[in-house]
Parts: sequence; structure tokens; C-alpha cells
Amino acid sequence: MTTRKPATKARQRAARASAPPPYKAKPKELLEFYREMLLIRRFEERAGQMYGMGLIGGFCHLYIGQEAVITGVRAAMKDGDSLITAYRDHGHILAVGTSPNAVMAELTGRSGGVSKGKGGSMHMFDVKANFYGGHGIVGAQIPLGAGIAFAHKYKGDGGVSVTFFGEGAANQGQVYEAFNMAELWGLPVVFIIENNQYAMGTSAERASSETHFYKRGTSFRIPGYEVDGMDVLAVRAAAEDAIGFVRDGNGPIILEMKTYRYRGHSMSDPAKYRSRDEVQKMRADRDPIDHLGEMLVATGAASEDDLKAVDREIKDIVSDAADFAQDSPEPDAAELFTEVYA
Amino acid sequence: MSIDILMPALSPTMEEGTIAKWLVKEGDTVSSGDVLAEIETDKATMELESINDGKVAKILVPEGTEGVKVNAVIARLVEEGESADAAETKPAPKAEAPAKAEAKPAVKAAAVPKAAPVLQDPEIPAGTEMVEMTVREALRDAMAEEMRRDDKVFLMGEEVGQYQGAYKVSQGLLDEFGDKRVIDTPITEHGFTGLGVGAAMAGLKPIVEFMTFNFAMQAIDHIINSAAKTRYMSGGMISVPIVFRGPNGFASRVAAQHSQCYASWYGHVPGLKVVAPYSAADAKGLLKSAIRDPNPVVFLEQELLYGRKFEVPKLDDYTVPIGKAKVVREGKDVTLISFSYTMLAVLDAAEALAAEGIDAEVIDLRTIRPLDAETLVASVKKTNRAVVVEQGWTAYGVTSEVSSVLMEQAFDWLDAPVLRLGGADVPMPYAASLEKVAVVQPEDVVKAAKTVCYKA
Repeated sequence: MTTRKPATKARQRAARASAPPPYKAKPKELLEFYREMLLIRRFEERAGQMYGMGLIGGFCHLYIGQEAVITGVRAAMKDGDSLITAYRDHGHILAVGTSPNAVMAELTGRSGGVSKGKGGSMHMFDVKANFYGGHGIVGAQIPLGAGIAFAHKYKGDGGVSVTFFGEGAANQGQVYEAFNMAELWGLPVVFIIENNQYAMGTSAERASSETHFYKRGTSFRIPGYEVDGMDVLAVRAAAEDAIGFVRDGNGPIILEMKTYRYRGHSMSDPAKYRSRDEVQKMRADRDPIDHLGEMLVATGAASEDDLKAVDREIKDIVSDAADFAQDSPEPDAAELFTEVYA
Repeated sequence: MSIDILMPALSPTMEEGTIAKWLVKEGDTVSSGDVLAEIETDKATMELESINDGKVAKILVPEGTEGVKVNAVIARLVEEGESADAAETKPAPKAEAPAKAEAKPAVKAAAVPKAAPVLQDPEIPAGTEMVEMTVREALRDAMAEEMRRDDKVFLMGEEVGQYQGAYKVSQGLLDEFGDKRVIDTPITEHGFTGLGVGAAMAGLKPIVEFMTFNFAMQAIDHIINSAAKTRYMSGGMISVPIVFRGPNGFASRVAAQHSQCYASWYGHVPGLKVVAPYSAADAKGLLKSAIRDPNPVVFLEQELLYGRKFEVPKLDDYTVPIGKAKVVREGKDVTLISFSYTMLAVLDAAEALAAEGIDAEVIDLRTIRPLDAETLVASVKKTNRAVVVEQGWTAYGVTSEVSSVLMEQAFDWLDAPVLRLGGADVPMPYAASLEKVAVVQPEDVVKAAKTVCYKA
């Protein structure tokens, strides 16, 4: 790769040492963030319910609690930017604007699903929206995301690859292989570590010698900082800063989003590794949706009635998705052997 | 007392080399460590250092001489103060003195393909001019042609650029295409393979070179989980047009971790295409097809074939379809089926069998997946007997798959059980004596062919 990033000193000046102040959103934007987060929340609640009814099979990892992360990041992305994540991907694909019907139908394994029922919860894609999955092997999406960034740079299309992974995946060796090449070649990639504090049942402290994950790029000269991942405005501001830094040709950056998942790792996780009180306290004090709703009302950006109207709209969307996902036919047996090869 | 300077073996596979340049002349005094000459091998140009102090009495092989065999005497030193005439006391062996051929199993078979009546490929128009080139050059030409044709094609891997390829396969590509498209990677197979797959998902057409496929074990998760399965998992939405290529299989005297065949490993996986050419023409035509293919293709080359010369059709755009085996020798008594390196032993065996009145048909699979069952079954329907040969282990191997296909689809035509031959069921040993017996030899194929003909 010929094009080099600016000299280290210039980059150090360009990169922030800590998170920028929260994003100053217009009232309309605030309501839109609320709407998007609520869609993910209600969608996931419904998916959990349908899993319990046996309508969804296999592994199903819910995003409840982490909604502010994808909502804030997505809002800072531009058309032409790309996104890739791991298996906890329902929130991400909804955020890029993919039809909730097609997402829910993928969960039920129906022909109307985004992957025609062949991928399921962990393998969702929407290439028209530059959403590259949906990957089930912990850590695999990180070199893939670097490769998408490589393609942006190769094509010179000005796009940025936003590559998500959890703090558990941050311990995989291939992460550091990707970090090394991303920095070496000045690839346009923002690495977003969603630190929800538990890698399945293992807390970050029990698995990681360095729990400040934003520092994980230090050996590769990749800057990074921590962001309050429960505050959509903090996320939005940080994402804009990071994407801008990368788009300006400075090479990669790492954002560590401190967040929390309310549900188990997957539907089959009894979550015995943490107390009910811990979860309740997080829900009560830090819930991103409640927090934003209160702010909307307190600042007069929206009334209680406005929020109720949004609730009703989301409820209808999710109900329709659930209906569609149950009515959409199962894939025909003839589909078994299609799409193995192009 | 004079000291002979011998042509050194500078790599495990080097059999001969070129004296590119003498850095000393007759009469010069040299010390241990002084560079005497530059030697060009099949992989690189390297310096030959003196290990003795003395005076250069005679330079026996002038610079520019090609094809100087390993262990040939190329110069002679005498001790300081000794007359240069001392060097004349011993007769100088001829430069083309044979190397220690016995240390290289199956090397004898190397000469066979040229002698054997290899069939003209029906897909090459009659009257096409043929040019002789090595497999190495054919692979390089295939990449260069496809890179000229499609600017989305790029090559990445360890030492593919400035070093000109660890095995010189990518020689010259950096000069022509620049470092945007010929990319030297760090030694991180898992990472750069994932990166290549991501780039393919995003619309580029990467060629990922593994220095050898042994190292691709570090990256096999991305080859299988990320490359092979994504099209299916995405309901056909995302294709992964990528080529994973590099030397695979038996290599000489490098022991177990660097000498293994992965054909059956990758052949097992739906979503992958797996190609393993033997000849230079097939290497070129199939690599061009692989680069154009919209699917992930595992392209298994063979280090010990890189330097071999074959006739290649001189056509502007010569491609060979993936999924087609080739009958390289017609016969009626027994079908010998193989691919890649063991084609040498099989072609040699076919000659030996002919001398004993057994007319063997030889098929080069060329593609491992999808397997061209049609060509195999058609041949067995004619010969009623088959021996299948691979360089890897036969257990759960390509030979096992071919045997099953023949049993399922040609059972009524078989007059004897299909026999499998492959590498000994052990990690590859280092010792030359053990290595030789771990690799299929022409006589093993002859014996198996006679067995299925009930003439053993």
C-alpha cells in the first residue's frame, strides 16, 4: 500500500486523548434516537418471547441494554461507510434500516428472512446497506472489517469501515494481526469495542490482563479512548470524532464503549455469574432509553404523548414483524442446494 | 594441497544453478568469509562465501554458466605460497557431474513426462504454437494477465513483492503493478487471510499467497468459516471471489510440519473449489479460471513442480475449466488416477507397465472439488480397473473419495477392487532414507497396477 498516514506527531495532535463532550442533538434527532433504540429494545424483547415459544431456534444473542452504541454510531456514519459485527447482530442490522420483517423472519428460519432462512440469528447481512454481517466465530469479523477498509482504500471511495466486537473478542490473537496491518497500511477503520463487561459468563476482570480495552492498540500506535456506551449522545459525538479522524487519512482508531447487556449471553444462559441486583441497578440508573426519554420530556423536546405515540408505532412494527416471521413460508427443500456456489 | 570449491545446494530443492558472477579472479588471495561468487538458484541470487584461506588457482566454470549441478567443482583454491600448478594434479570433474540424485526421491521420474505420449489437449486449437515454460513462469504469467485484465485483482502475501516471492512465483509483478496491487504482508496468516476475505466481500478479487499451505493452517478458519460459507449463510447475497494459492504437499527434506498435502482437507468443504494442477499449461489455465471464479478457490501448487518445464499453448487468453479431469495418456488395461506431484510417479509407472505389456490410461484430476466423476467413470468402464494415487495420506483422502465414487457409480464395471496409494501414514520424516519410503514411488504404482490386473 503506497499511501501512508500522516506522520506520527501530526496524528497524535489529531487524535483525542479522551471522549469529546456529548453530541448536541436537535429535538428531532433526539426523538429519532429514542425511536431507533426503542425499536431494537422491543424487537429484541419480542424475539426473546418467540424463542421461548419455540419459534426461534439455536443460538439467539439479544442486544437489550446496548442499544445506544449502534444507534449513536450509525447516526454518525455516512452513506458508503461499511459496518460489520459479530453474532449479537440484530440491533446492528435494524440500525442500518433493514426491514424488521426480514430480520425477524430470519430468526424464525423462513424464506422471507434476510438470508432466506439459511443464516439465522448470527448470520444476517444487508450488502445494499453495506452491512457485512453477522459473524459467528468470535473475533473473525475484525480482520474481515480491516479487509473491508482495505477495499475502501483500494477503490478510493472515501468510505470508512466500522468494525464492532466485544471485549471478549478483544483477547483473540487475530485482533492484533488486524490492528498491526490496519495501522501499517493506514486503513480507514474504526474499531468499536462494545465492552458489556461479560464474555459469556466471564467478567472482563477474570479474562483480561488489561481491562482498559481502548489501550489495546497502544503497541500498534493506534489511538483510542473510552466512551459512555449507555449515553447515545456521548456515543454519537465520539463516533463522529473517530470516523472523521479515520476519514481524514489518519489510519485506525479504537473506541471502547462501556455498556451492559441485561439479558444472558444467549437465550440459554441463566446468568448466574452476576447478581440480579447488579442488573437491576444498571437498568434503574443507566438505561439508555429511559434516560433519553426523561431528557426529551425535561427539555420540552417531546411530550409524554409524543413518546407514547412512538411506543405505539414501534409496537405495531414489531407485531407486524412477528406476524410476518410466522407467516412467511419455510424454505422449500429445493433450496437446500442453492447458493453454495455463485 | 588444493581445495575444491563445489557448487553449493542453497535450498532444499536446488539441483542446479547459475554462476551469475565471479567476484574473484585467478591469482586472488581470499580469506574465510570472502564472497567468491554470486549463485542464482531457482529461488534467489545468493553469495557463495569461501570457508578457507588461500589463493584462487583455477576458476573451472566461467560466470554466466547455467545449469551447473550441485556438488560440481567450480573452482580450486591452493594454499598461500603453493603453486597454482598444484591445482592441476587432480583431474577437474566436468561441471555437469551428476548431483546426489539418490537423495531426491522420484527425481528420476521427472524426465518421464516429456518421453511419455502425453495427449494433446482437445481444448487447444490445432496448430497452436506451443512454448516451453516452467510451472513457476506459467503461474506468474497467469496472475499478470489477470491483473492486466481486471484492476480489482491484487496479490498479497509474505514476500510476494520486494523479495519477488519466496519461491519466485511472483517475480516481476511488483515492478509491473506497484505496491498498491502487490502487497507484502507481515507474517500473520490468520490476519491477512481474514483481511483478504473481507476485501473480497467488499468487491475486490484478492489472490492470497501462502508461502506454503502448511502455514494456512493458521488461517483455515477464515478459509472455511468466512470464505466458503458466507454465500450460503447470506442466502446468496455476498460472494467471496478469492484465490488462496501456494505450494502444497510433499517437499524435499523439510520434515513433518513443512511437508503435507491439504487436498482432502479443503476438498471436504462445500463452498470451496479446490484445484491442484500438474503441468504448466494447466497451472496457467486453471489459475486464470480461479481468479475469474466468483467463488473462493483453493489453488494447490507444488514446490517440486515449480521448476519443471512443459509445453504451454501460446494463446492470448488460455483458460482451463475448473472441474474437468484430463486423460493424459490413453490405455485400455487399467486406469491410473492422480494429480499434482504424484503424476510424476504415475506417468513413469505407465511407461514401465507398457514395457511389460500393460496398457495404462492415466488421468490427471486437476480439480479436486468439484470432482469430475464422469471422466473417471468413463475410463473405468473401459479398463475395468483402477489405481488411485495421491501424495497425501490415503486415510479419508482424495483417493478414498475417488474409490468411493467408482464403487458407487462403476461397481458393475470393476473387475478388481480399486487400490489406493499415498504417502505413508506417518508424519513426514526428515532422514532421506525414511523420506524416500514415505513417498509413492513409480514401482509402487507398477505393483498396484499389476495387482488389479491380477498379474502381480
